[in-house]
Amino acid sequence: MTLQSATHRIPAGPTTGGGFSARQYLVCLKGILVREGLRFLNQRERFVSSLVRPLLWLFVFAAGFRQVLGVSIIPPYKTYVLYEVYITPGLCGMILLFSGMQSSLSMVYDREMGNMRTLLVSPFPRWFLLVSKLLAGVTVSIMQVYAFLAVAWFWGVRPPWTGYLLVLPALFLSGMMLCSLGMLLSSMIKQLENFAGIMNFVIFPMYFASPALYPLWRIQESSPLLHKICVANPFTYAVELIRFALYGQIDWGSLLIVVAFTALFLGGAILAYDPSNGLLSRRQDTGGNA
Amino acid sequence: MGESQMLRRLTYLSAGLAVASMASPASAYMVYVSNEKDNTLSVVDSNTKEVVRTIDVGQRPRGITISHDGRFIYLCASDDDTIEIIETATYEIVGSLPSGPDPELFVLSPDGKTLYVANEDDNLVTVIDLDRKRVVAEVPVGVEPEGMGISPDGKTLVNTSETTNMAHFIDTETNEITGNVLVDARPRFAEFKADNSEVWVSSEIGGTVSVIDNASREVKHRITFEIPGLRSESIQPVGVRITADGTKAYVALGPANRVAVVDAKTYEVEKYVLVGQRVWQLAFTPDQKTIISTNGVSNDITFIDVATDEAIQSVTVGSLPWGVVVHPN
Repeated sequence: MTLQSATHRIPAGPTTGGGFSARQYLVCLKGILVREGLRFLNQRERFVSSLVRPLLWLFVFAAGFRQVLGVSIIPPYKTYVLYEVYITPGLCGMILLFSGMQSSLSMVYDREMGNMRTLLVSPFPRWFLLVSKLLAGVTVSIMQVYAFLAVAWFWGVRPPWTGYLLVLPALFLSGMMLCSLGMLLSSMIKQLENFAGIMNFVIFPMYFASPALYPLWRIQESSPLLHKICVANPFTYAVELIRFALYGQIDWGSLLIVVAFTALFLGGAILAYDPSNGLLSRRQDTGGNA
Repeated sequence: MGESQMLRRLTYLSAGLAVASMASPASAYMVYVSNEKDNTLSVVDSNTKEVVRTIDVGQRPRGITISHDGRFIYLCASDDDTIEIIETATYEIVGSLPSGPDPELFVLSPDGKTLYVANEDDNLVTVIDLDRKRVVAEVPVGVEPEGMGISPDGKTLVNTSETTNMAHFIDTETNEITGNVLVDARPRFAEFKADNSEVWVSSEIGGTVSVIDNASREVKHRITFEIPGLRSESIQPVGVRITADGTKAYVALGPANRVAVVDAKTYEVEKYVLVGQRVWQLAFTPDQKTIISTNGVSNDITFIDVATDEAIQSVTVGSLPWGVVVHPN
C-alpha cells in the first residue's frame, strides 16, 4: 500500500479547528505506519542483518571478554553478572541507534526518489507527518529489540519477566530520541552517499563512547577524558534507561535526560523540515530527481 | 467521617495488612559469616539481605557452626587456638572450648552433643563433649587434617587430610579409624548425603569431587569441572553441600568464582553460577530455598536461589569471609 492510496481513502468527517478530524489524523498515521511496516517486512535481509549485528557482539565479542569484567557489582545488578548479561542492554540500544539512523537513511532515499515530496505535500501539518514517520520507525526497531532479547534468552541472558514489560517504555523513549536525531541529521544530508559519514561520525562514536560495552567507572579509570565524552553523550542515558528498566527499575536521571534530548532533536527536526524556515527549503531539494 | 465509616475503613486496613503479611516472603533467617582477615563475625538478615551486626571475635575466625537449638554459635578462632562460643541472643562471647592448636573446621554430631574438630597443625581430630566442655578423645589422622563430615545417623565421621590426600573414616563409638580412602590432591571438605549412602570429598588441587560409597568405602565416581575460558588450575573445589532430598549438590570452586550445580544422582554438572571472587564455603537456609556462598577475595556473600540456580544478590560483609552458617529457625 502506498501513502497515496491511503490518503485517497481519508473519510470525510466533522473537521476540527485545524481542518482535520482525529479520525483523519489516524488514517494518515496508519498509512505511514503500514508503509514502514511493509517496507520492513519486504526487506527480510534488513531484519536479519539488524539481528545479526547485535548477536555477533553477544556471541563473539562477549565470549572473548567474559573474563575481563564481572569484578564489581553496579546498579541495577545485585550480584555479579557475566559480560554477555552486561552488554545486552547496550546491544538493545545499538539496535535502536542503527535503526534510527537507518530511518534517517530512508528519509534521504525518499527525498532522492521523490517519495518525500508525496509525503510532505499532504495537507496534514508537517510536524504530524514527521512524528508519524518517527513512530513508524520506532515501532519497527522495538520489534527488532524484542526479537534480539528472545534469542538472548536462549543464550542465558534472562532478566526478570517484568523487565521485558517495563523495558518497553524505555525502548520507546530511547527509540524516539535516536530516531529524531536521525531525522534531524537527514535534513542536513544532501545525498544517500553521505550516509557513510553518519556511520563514522555519529553511530560509532555514540556507540563506543557510552556504557554499552564497559561500565562508566571502568572508562573513568582508564581515561577521564573519554569519561567526560561519555557523560555528554545522549546515547549513554538511553543505554542506562534501558538497563535499569530491564531489571525493573527506573533511572530517573537518565529518563529526564532522554526526554529532554528527544524534545530537542524532535523540535530541531520539525524546524529543519519546516518549509518556511527550515534547512530543507534553503536547499530546495525535497523534490529529489523531479 | 462517621464513626461507622471509620470503623469500616479500619477493618479494610487491617484486612489489607493481614493479606500483605501473608504475602511477604518466607521467614527471615540470620546468616552468620566468619571473616578471616578482620577477626569479625557478620550477621546478615536473609530477608533484607543487609548486614545487621558485626561482632569482634578471636583471631583468624574460620570454621563456624551452630547448636541445633540455635542458641550458640561455635567458631574456630584458629590463631587463638580456641573455639569460641557466641550466644545468639546477645551476640556475646560466653565461653570457649579446648580445641587443640589451630582449629580450622569442625562438625557437630547429629545429636548436638559432640563437636569433632580438625587440628591442622598436630594431625589430630579432637572430640569435644559440649556439655562438659572437655576433650574426650583425640584421633590421630593424616597430615594437615581439614575437612570434617559426619553421617546423618551419627555413626561415621569422615576427616580429610590435605597432605596425605586421604579421607579417613572414623567410627564415632570407638573413635577409631575404620577405613582410609585415597582421593585427589588436597582434600578440603567432606559432606554426607542425607541417606548416609555416600560421602562427597572435594579436592582443591586435584580439581575434583570424589563420591565415596559409605558401605564399600570406595570411590564410585569422580566429578570433574570444566568452565569455558578458565584454566583448569583455577578450578579448585572447596565447600560442598547436598540438598536434603539428595537430588542436587553445590560445589564452591574457589578462584573460578563459580558455584557448580551438580545432579547428585547422575553426577553431571548442570550449571555454573557466577558469584564473587574465591568462593569458599556454602550453607543452605533451613528451608533449603537458598544457598549462600562466602566469596573471600571480593569480601561478600552471594545468595543463590535453589529453585532456579540463579544468583539473587551479593552482600558485602567483612574482610576475607571464610565460613557461613544459618540460624536454624
